[in-house]
Amino acid sequence: MNIPHKSVPIADLHREPLRHLLTALADDHLILGHRHSEWTGLGPILEEDIAFSSIAQDQMGHALGFYTLLHEHLGAPDPDIHAFTRQETEFSCCQLVEWPIGDYDFSLTRHLFFDLAAGLRMETLSLSSFKPLAQLATKIRGEVKYHMFHAKTMVNQLGNSNDETARARMQTAINRQFGLALGMFEPRLGEQILDDAQIAPIESKWRERWLEALNAVLDGSGLHIPDPDRIEPVYGGRNGYHTEYLQPLLNEMTEVFRLDPQAEW
Amino acid sequence: MSVEIQSLDPRINRLGLHTHEPGSPDTLPPHDHWGTYQVFHQKKRGDRHTAVGIVHAPGAELAMAYAKEQFGRRGETANLWVVDTRHVMALDYADQDMFATTPEKSYRDPGGYKVNDKIDAYREKMSHEHTP
Repeated sequence: MNIPHKSVPIADLHREPLRHLLTALADDHLILGHRHSEWTGLGPILEEDIAFSSIAQDQMGHALGFYTLLHEHLGAPDPDIHAFTRQETEFSCCQLVEWPIGDYDFSLTRHLFFDLAAGLRMETLSLSSFKPLAQLATKIRGEVKYHMFHAKTMVNQLGNSNDETARARMQTAINRQFGLALGMFEPRLGEQILDDAQIAPIESKWRERWLEALNAVLDGSGLHIPDPDRIEPVYGGRNGYHTEYLQPLLNEMTEVFRLDPQAEW
Repeated sequence: MSVEIQSLDPRINRLGLHTHEPGSPDTLPPHDHWGTYQVFHQKKRGDRHTAVGIVHAPGAELAMAYAKEQFGRRGETANLWVVDTRHVMALDYADQDMFATTPEKSYRDPGGYKVNDKIDAYREKMSHEHTP
């Protein structure tokens, strides 16, 4: 991503909330990108394998974009150091992205849930009053548009399948991770301050738009979401509380980096 | 006797895959085989779409999603088409003899036309008209 190397002034009041927002976005994309990449070579068919792997690469690119903003504007370390040397409790990804890939129905549903939210986030953030974020979000938006096209088509295909098992598996995958998906919208520290400054909306606004959009996507697919008011959102991730699955992922992801953190790549 | 496959890739090991018993037939679970779609790629608006290859897909939309990754992931792309291969009518190679004598019909080549004089005259005329 080509981001201008010029730091713009940020009011002291906004620095901490902005750091929370960008770290959450960066960590979500990094961890889910890594999870998606675990399908490389194992996808159900060649074309799908390539498509999913490419989406994984895109996610990594998005993560790099957000880490770069943190580095250039908020004094965070270099993106590699930031991504690969923090402790588990310093990560603020939501728990949805940490879960193992499971079967393809689980990964595909997670891809739909996540990219639908990412698309809405990028759409709003492309109008952010924090210009560097607006520029980055505009770039990411196009890629996420394709992710959504892929997810939506695949989910519709399986939801409308004549194979009753395929449809049932997709519905089960939706039910199983719905609480985790709602956890994407865990309130962030200082989110109201950013909302007031038109830097980024509070999470509950995004959640509302996501539910509307999700119903529209699933309309006609034969699949449906559970009543969101009766499902407990899985919170904690934004404050460093993670599942037992994150640490093993970090160990695997940082294995090569830790051999020689100073290495030039 | 089947043996669990051991790989250097931890992801392969997690799947708990087994080798087939020697001599036993490889039986795959029955499933619907997907058809193919022909992919046409357009580099810039206004250019013609060029046939670039095929993808397997269960429908046009997914074919388009796959075409974007197989054929639109590098370089410039303005647009893509996908066409169900069953909708393509093709000649039989047995009928290739229809074209056997074509290379001999040089009188159909445009090389004989002498149009450059006319083009030059036209350019000349235009340049005079636009000179104040």
